[in-house]
Amino acid sequence: MSRIGTITRRTFMVGTAAISGGIALGFYAYKEPIDNPLLDGLGAGEAAITPYVKIDQNGVTIITPRADSGQGAYSVQAALVAEELDVDLGAITIDPGVPSAAYFNGKVIAEGLPFASTDMGTLAKGARSMGQVLGKIMGVQVTGGSSTVADAYEKLRIAGAVARETLKQVAADKTGLAADVLRTQDGRVLLPDGTSIAYTALAASKVEPISKVTLRDQSDWRYLTKSMQRIDMVQKSTGTLTYGIDLRFDGMVFATVRTNPRLGGGVRGFDAIDARAARGVIDVIPVTGGAAVVADNTWRAFRAADMIEFDWGDAPYPHEQADMWDTVSQSFTKAHQDSQFKDTGDVDAALTTGETLSAEYRIPYLGHAPLEPLNAVVKYDGTRLDVWTGTQIPLFMVGNIERLHGISADNIHIQNQYMGGSFGRRLEDDYVQQAVEIALSMPNVPIKMTWSREEDMTHDFPRPMQIARASGAVENGAVTAFDLAIAAASTTASQMSRIGQPAFGPDVAIVAGAWDQPLAIPNYRVTGYRAPALVPVSSWRSVGASGNAFFHNGFLDELFHKAGADPLEELLRLCDHDLSRKVLQAVGEMSDWGTPLGANRGRGIAFTVAFGVPTAEVVTVTNTPQGIKIDEVFVAAEVGKVIDPVNFQNQAEGGVIWALGHAMNCEVTFADGMAEQTNFHAYEAMRMYQTPKVTVRALENGPDVRGIGEPTVPPAAPALANAIYAATGLRIREMPMNKHIDFV
Amino acid sequence: MKIIVNGIEHTLSVEPEMPLLWVLRDELGITGPKYGCGIAQCGACSVMIDGRATRSCSVPIGQVDAPVTTIEGLGAPDALHVVQEAWIAHQVAQCGYCQAGQIMAATAFLAKTPDPTDDQIDAAMSANLCRCGTYPRIRAAMKTAAAALRGDAA
Ligand code: FES
Ligand code: FES
Repeated sequence: MSRIGTITRRTFMVGTAAISGGIALGFYAYKEPIDNPLLDGLGAGEAAITPYVKIDQNGVTIITPRADSGQGAYSVQAALVAEELDVDLGAITIDPGVPSAAYFNGKVIAEGLPFASTDMGTLAKGARSMGQVLGKIMGVQVTGGSSTVADAYEKLRIAGAVARETLKQVAADKTGLAADVLRTQDGRVLLPDGTSIAYTALAASKVEPISKVTLRDQSDWRYLTKSMQRIDMVQKSTGTLTYGIDLRFDGMVFATVRTNPRLGGGVRGFDAIDARAARGVIDVIPVTGGAAVVADNTWRAFRAADMIEFDWGDAPYPHEQADMWDTVSQSFTKAHQDSQFKDTGDVDAALTTGETLSAEYRIPYLGHAPLEPLNAVVKYDGTRLDVWTGTQIPLFMVGNIERLHGISADNIHIQNQYMGGSFGRRLEDDYVQQAVEIALSMPNVPIKMTWSREEDMTHDFPRPMQIARASGAVENGAVTAFDLAIAAASTTASQMSRIGQPAFGPDVAIVAGAWDQPLAIPNYRVTGYRAPALVPVSSWRSVGASGNAFFHNGFLDELFHKAGADPLEELLRLCDHDLSRKVLQAVGEMSDWGTPLGANRGRGIAFTVAFGVPTAEVVTVTNTPQGIKIDEVFVAAEVGKVIDPVNFQNQAEGGVIWALGHAMNCEVTFADGMAEQTNFHAYEAMRMYQTPKVTVRALENGPDVRGIGEPTVPPAAPALANAIYAATGLRIREMPMNKHIDFV
Repeated sequence: MKIIVNGIEHTLSVEPEMPLLWVLRDELGITGPKYGCGIAQCGACSVMIDGRATRSCSVPIGQVDAPVTTIEGLGAPDALHVVQEAWIAHQVAQCGYCQAGQIMAATAFLAKTPDPTDDQIDAAMSANLCRCGTYPRIRAAMKTAAAALRGDAA
């Protein structure tokens, strides 16, 4: 057997990290090794030098464990490895790999801690490293929190370098040359005599991975920081990319489900006589909360599911939207207080002097509604369960399947798929657990379960609805007090309950994007109140900051105007974080802040640090006779380093358009316990005719490399509201804004 | 029942009310056209019937009386259509799920409107939803594609 027998079942990431590139971070001290999952089932002549690189006679495969929901995660992960490995990005294969603790994400936990990302104090830094350790111990393989690049930036380059140096050592052993006279290029080891050996020819050799590597200097980079052609772009432009929903296997049957739109209400019974008799229907199977129809065609399954008469149970939450608002509104009490991470100066005293102002803000539930309705392909053979689906949480999914269905983790095989969007939706695995229920009832057949759009929209895990109460004071043209109280159900507790875990301590998500802002307001308080759980909620692109930035920036703008101050100047005066000040200055310059715009026009600014990225945005609008037209958006964001300029711009723009579209016209409301918005006619977000010109500038002054998938979302809606105020004098304190003003 | 898709004739025996989308996807295994909404709201399922952009989710197969072109029939990775070339050059796609529909709608529109204004582009494309927000790049790609189709020097 030519398999690399001498490789131990260990990852080399941990051991090698500490010596490379001077990154002596605390978490590398945690040296308990993690199994390299690629060593399981490795074929003859295959080498798996690190958990991220696999080589056989046919080529090089780079493992990209962070899921790709359209944010380009596969491409950026491949590029980070390829940069050090010296392979042509066009000539490698990528594979999302198997769920494994080896692919832990340290950053996603590190950023969920109650320390502002701008806080560089010892305690904050220590807690962040601790988050890294926790990520490793718990095996948190999660894609989210704009953490892919931050987490992978060094890890994957090290993986590439270890693989390269190891291949050089193999070549050295083979040729009798010293490793340090060898070079590498495009998947080959170059010998001094001008000949070369392909990596693929070295894979079958016995090898001990090199443990000392030095990362390349940026000046030697071939891919990183240059615009790259995404590896999926041709396929996505020719209809040839296979998404989860497109999978087809021999003998496959097609299923859909209907479960109680009163979420968690269960089903008392159902009558499926007509459905069973419908053309193409193979079976109707009870699943938790409803039923599945299995047919020979997805549309036939949809149609038959419509024929089932269900007797739904009552929801475990108030059925009417007004009662839900009352529940949140009544949560501003001592008993519900969840956090007060920010309490500077003497807010109560400051609120008794100067000119004061109070206001209430509201934001609705918002669904994710990725364009690809949720789906999963499953097959169970009595022992082994195969699942093909797009997911941000492969490892939790395995745990949930084990816990809910009693299949041991060893027998669960998940193949991650390209996703037609996610925006946080695929941090949940409810749809997969349903598909598994079907598979258990119908073994030995590959089953593709697809939700109808209506099922998708009425069974989302929305962002929580929230209310904020704000008070403030101004004196002598300056903001002297700012007091923000936010009430919302806990996203974190809701999510943890679904992986069978309790949630400890306060929920940072309730106040994220509000309490952690680098503004030196002398009397400054942000309090979180935990409302009782209503509908199950989850992370929505940019999570807590998506709504809290609206409260924070909206009310600040009110105070700036009350003080007679210029919003940008006042933000600059208050901001005590240098990287953030530069972002504010940049956006001012980009938008010609301060120059006259003309009649019926207005400019609004908002600024939020989220996921460690200070982002400032200016929106300009025109108040036309038909309504508000969004003209332009200017974005400046500090990300440390831009790994791929084209993808950066795409993500930054997409975040702005996402935020503005939902702010204009989207909400999820409940009546009779059910979401009222069932399809895109009632949940449009932005369409092309409304799309403003978006200009983006990346600042690269900071030490940490950050992701941009989410940070441009939070400031967009408040910048729009502030622009509308500037153009019309109408202060909008509630989303969607089309409740208060028309948009053209 | 017969249907011509991308130049190939298929014989089917399905309900005449089955939407063209599901005939393509589940009966013929042609998965470029995507299911997004099923009610003509998103455009992910767009194909061309006799050169007209059509929402295949909302056309019963019994009413399809002309040849159908899907994204697969427009061009292929090694034989790209000009519009697809522009899409790749502008790196339009994010998740990409809407893009087959966007490209079919754009191609049908540009065939009739070779020198479109911004407003015409917006009007033609606003029926196609993109949840990822790639609209600015779609606009830019359409201008590049229009110029190439007209034979203008780049
Ligand atoms: S699926 Fe046909 S328009 Fe949405
Ligand atoms: S690229 Fe994702 S929906 Fe358009």
